[in-house]
Formats: sequence, structure tokens, C-alpha cells
Amino acid sequence: MTGTFVGMPAFPEAARTALADSQLRTNLARATSTIRSKRSAAVAEVAEWEDLRLAGAAIKDEVLLHLDEYLIELEQSLQDRGAVVHWASDAAEACSIVAGIAQSHHIDEVVKVKSMVTQEIGLNEALAEVGVAAWETDLAELIVQLGDDLPSHILVPAIHRNRAEIRDIFVSSMGKAGRPAPVDLTDEPAELAEAARTHLREKFLRAKMAVSGANFAVAETGTLVVVESEGNGRMCLTLPEVLVSVVGIEKVVPTWSDLDVFLQLLPRSSTGERMNPYTSTWSGVTPGDGPQEVHVVLLDNGRTRALADEVGRQALRCIRCSACLNVCPVYERTGGHAYGSVYPGPIGAILNPLLKGPGHDEQTDSLPYASTLCGACFDACPVRIDIPSILVDLRAQVVDAHRGGVPKPEAAAMKMASRTLSTSRRLRAVERLTRPGLALARRIGARAWTRARDLPDAPPEPFRRWWQRTDGGRR
Amino acid sequence: MNARDEILASVRQALDGADRSRVPVDRAYRTAPGYGDLVALFAERVEDYRAVVHRTTGSALVDVLGGILAGHSVVVPHGFEHELPGSIARVLADDDLSAAELDVIDAVLTTATVGIAVTGTVVLDHGPGQGRRALSLVPDLHVCVVGADQIVADVPDAIARLDPARPQTWISGPSATSDIELNRVEGVHGPRTLHVVVVE
Repeated sequence: MTGTFVGMPAFPEAARTALADSQLRTNLARATSTIRSKRSAAVAEVAEWEDLRLAGAAIKDEVLLHLDEYLIELEQSLQDRGAVVHWASDAAEACSIVAGIAQSHHIDEVVKVKSMVTQEIGLNEALAEVGVAAWETDLAELIVQLGDDLPSHILVPAIHRNRAEIRDIFVSSMGKAGRPAPVDLTDEPAELAEAARTHLREKFLRAKMAVSGANFAVAETGTLVVVESEGNGRMCLTLPEVLVSVVGIEKVVPTWSDLDVFLQLLPRSSTGERMNPYTSTWSGVTPGDGPQEVHVVLLDNGRTRALADEVGRQALRCIRCSACLNVCPVYERTGGHAYGSVYPGPIGAILNPLLKGPGHDEQTDSLPYASTLCGACFDACPVRIDIPSILVDLRAQVVDAHRGGVPKPEAAAMKMASRTLSTSRRLRAVERLTRPGLALARRIGARAWTRARDLPDAPPEPFRRWWQRTDGGRR
Repeated sequence: MNARDEILASVRQALDGADRSRVPVDRAYRTAPGYGDLVALFAERVEDYRAVVHRTTGSALVDVLGGILAGHSVVVPHGFEHELPGSIARVLADDDLSAAELDVIDAVLTTATVGIAVTGTVVLDHGPGQGRRALSLVPDLHVCVVGADQIVADVPDAIARLDPARPQTWISGPSATSDIELNRVEGVHGPRTLHVVVVE
């Protein structure tokens, strides 16, 4: 199955490895710049784009600030429409619920629509442990799964793979998972897509159970929405008898009419299209059409922790468009793997620490620092998440989480600096050492700084001496 | 405490002290600019997605359909009321056809509920004339008949006309993917050919 992000090193180390991969950097640069231009063009067409952004942010804030009410309403609406509603506090609970449904039907394989939340909870691995195969059907997720790899982007998870690599993966691995790829398969994208179609079609037609996520969940009507391009979503949502949708609690929107904002914001922000090829909506069970047993699993898994963070709460507005990834100068160079999470890029840099809390692990703590704070992400975000402010706040939280114990070099240096600056006697003493100090630093010890920046030159004399000598510049 | 109680308690605790007054939402975005000829815009935008667009009148419709569906096997949903062309090789009704049975049918013919001009989208709500969702998904050719009076300007207008209780499929072109090096490739799992016939 796919690999796992567990045990990934902290960002600086992971980034260094990624930066050395020139194939990856070429792929990423091309991909992100292409999507950036498409997005800009699509957004420029919409005169009321800022109004949409403001409305999107407001609708999401309204939901978040009354989340308990909306979740109760959603549950009621879903049940009224014949859906079974489950609640899961964490990943393990959610996986156990899904596995339980499969086992109760003696099902040994499920088809999956691309769903970040199911990756977040490690669903495929959990199902494998109880003997249930989970087949990814989104083309990029299929590439990642067959290649025993990890996704590197929210929207185009296999962007780090070029066509030749994809061809190789198909030829070597499709046969293990089902119908093998044709032996004479070339690396033409059209042929690769055709191979995926043929390989997956038999799975779609025989699957008894599908697992999906949802882009939006409408509280008023119990409607779930899946936005996609290939048709694998439609296949999974309509052909099997049993459908289980895992939905993060932040995906709720109040009413059906609120979708008129998000169905404009999402396609243009994510793929830079006026509208994506297929959007499916369904409210519970429709007799005679599609799955007659519908389950919805409402998932917390750290979202309530993020909700409690006054500055970071707005991160839960995220509609997973990936616009922030495509404009981020850091992401463009390192790709998604360096962030060690299914949520990479700017949104990942804030969401992971918010979901887990600061001080949870070194890798997560490193993420708020994976940024130049340029702010491009905030400009691109369709729901106006102020990512830079959250990054700065999270950095403070990370530092606070590590107070006490052995101080880090940076903390020790800050402490020494504050002692030096606290009395004029100490400052005067240190000032005399400026010139020899800088000279020494240039030779040893300041490499971490001077690798990318210049140290300042020492002035000819310390400021105080100059002031006394010239009577404040008057002589 | 079960998970439901736990989660709701966590939510309430998280929001303890937050300003929980209603957040006003400005709906200024719904005031759309005038778009002029909606049908022309619709046709142009649908074509942009590599779907094939035909513009015809009520009397000429059967001939247009005849041209597209000649020699094909076609599943026609219950409640489809337009005249069927004689050139269709085999007309099938949806008598609980299985997915495998649908897979060997060439084409599906449906109406739609609404067309969106700005985005070039047709929306099916799978009522009479449109068939259950599998019908318009499995066959490789989808022919969709849209009345000019069903075409609205933009997404908010469509949302206002649609009933969320009905399952819906919003279709903007044939299926596609850009997952391989960002090269857009048409035709993955949904119908690889889409014809939209606008009746004026």
C-alpha cells in the first residue's frame, strides 16, 4: 500500500534532501507556475472575486463559532434522509468504524474517492490490517499507491512523478493490484490515462462498498458534496451498495444556498477552471438510485483543539483548494514530502501544529518555521486565512512549549543578550569588543548566518566613544 | 461518554469565551453583471471544455439526435419526452440494468434541470428524463438535451433553482485529469464524449 509519513525528519533536514532532487524541482516549478497562471486567469474573470472571498470567510466563521449547533443540525438532517451518522474523536476510532462496516458486510475490498481526511487517519493501512483492500481510484492517488509512495501535493498528489516514472510504476505494479498494464504501454499521458481507466473499471463495476470524504456538508439539508474531475468520484458514489463518507467537522456549511459561494471559489482557486468536470451532491439515501446504505463519520482528530486557538481557528475555514501551495516559494522548491504530512505547504505548516498542539513532536514544531512570511498564501487564499499571522503566533507557541529544561543555543544567546543590554556598564564593556568580536565570528561560529547573509562591518569606534568624543556630534 | 458527547463538549469548551454572535454574510456577490445572450455564452463555455455543442429548434431536434446517435445502442431514461430518432440501433429502457449491462451500452440520452452559462455546466437532478445516476455515468457517450429556457447566468442562479433533496450531478465537459505532468487528458472514467444539444 502507500508509505507513511510517520518518522519523517524535521522540515530543515527534509527540505535539504528535497532541494537536492533536481527532477523534483523541475517538475514542481513547472507544475506550480502552470497552475498559478491558470488560477490568476480564472480569478481575473470574476469581478466580484473579493466579495466571494469575504462571503466565504464569513460563512465559515459563522459555522466555526456555532459548530456544535450546526453539527447537531447536520446529524438530524442526515438521519431524516436515511443516513447513519457516526462520530469519531480520533483517527483510530474513525478507522475502526469504517472497518466495522466493511466487516459487517463481509466485504474484503473497498474503492476510494480521493480523500485527504482518510489519508490523515491512515485508513488504508487500518483496513489492510483487517484484511480489507482499499483501492485508490483517483489517478494520482493510484500512482502513489501503486508506487508505494507518499502524496506530495493536495490537488495533484503525484506531481513529483514524470510520465516515464508513471509508466514504469503502472507496468511493474498494476498486475499485483488487478488487471495488468499493457506490455507495450508508452508514456503518453493519454495512454497512461487509458491504462488507468481499464485497470480501475472492473473494480468500479464489482465494488460493494466505497469510501469517500466530502468537500462540503450542508447542515440544513444533510447534503454532501464531492468535487472532482475524472469521474472516479461518480463511480464510487453511485455504483456500490454501501457508501461511507468520512467528514471532518469543519466541512459543514449552514445552508444549500451557501454553496453558491464555495462552488465558485473552489474550482477557480484549485485547478484554475471555471468549473471542474464533475460535482456530485447527495442527501442520504435516494431509493432506486445509488447506495441504499449511506454512512457519515464525523471526525474530530484535533479539530476542536484548532478551534480553541483564537488566532489559528480561521485555519479551519480551509476548503483544500491548494492555492497556497502553488504560490509558496518554499513549497515550490521543496515539494510536499518535506512537510511530512498529507497537508503540506502553507496550510500544512499551520494546520498540523494546530491539530496536534505545539510541543507534540519536533517535526510538527519545525513546520511554522518553513516560511519566509512573504504573505503570498494569504493573498491567494479564497477564504482569507491569514496564514502569516498564524505562523508567527505558532512560532511563539512552539518557543513557549519548550521553556524550562536545557536552553537551546538560540534561547541562551537571547538570554545573554538581554543581560548585556540591561545595564549601560555591561553594554559599554561589550561594545569595546565589537570589532574583534565580529572578526572572530567571521572566522568561526557564524557560518549558519553567513552562508546566506553578510555580517555587518565593525564601525571605526563604538558609538558611545564617538558621542563623548564629539559631544553628540556637535564638535 | 460517547464520541458524540465528547466532541460536542470539546467544541463548546473550545468556543468558551469566543464572541458567538451571528456572523453577517454580505451577499453582494449575487448581484451579477448583465451577461447578454446567455445561450450564446453557454454554448461557447461548454465548447471550451471539449464537449460538442449543437444549437437547434424543437422541430429539428430529432434530426440532430439522429445524427449523433445513428447506429448506437442507447439507454433512454423513463420520462424522456422528446421524439427518438429512428437511426438509433437499439433503444433500452432502464429496467434495473446492472453496471455490467450499462458498460456495454454505447450511449445515454438525457435532459437536464439547469444549464449555467458562465461556467458551461449542465446539472442533472436525476428526475424524469434524466435517469438514475449510473445511467449517465457508465456509457461512454452522453447526449444531454437542454432547453434554452433552462439556461441561467451563473452559479448562484443555478443553486437557487436546484432542490438539494434530489441527488445532483454537475457536468462541465467530459471527464478529464491533469494528474500526469499537468497535461490535461480528456476521458478517464466518466463518459469520454459529451454532446450538449440546446433547444431554442
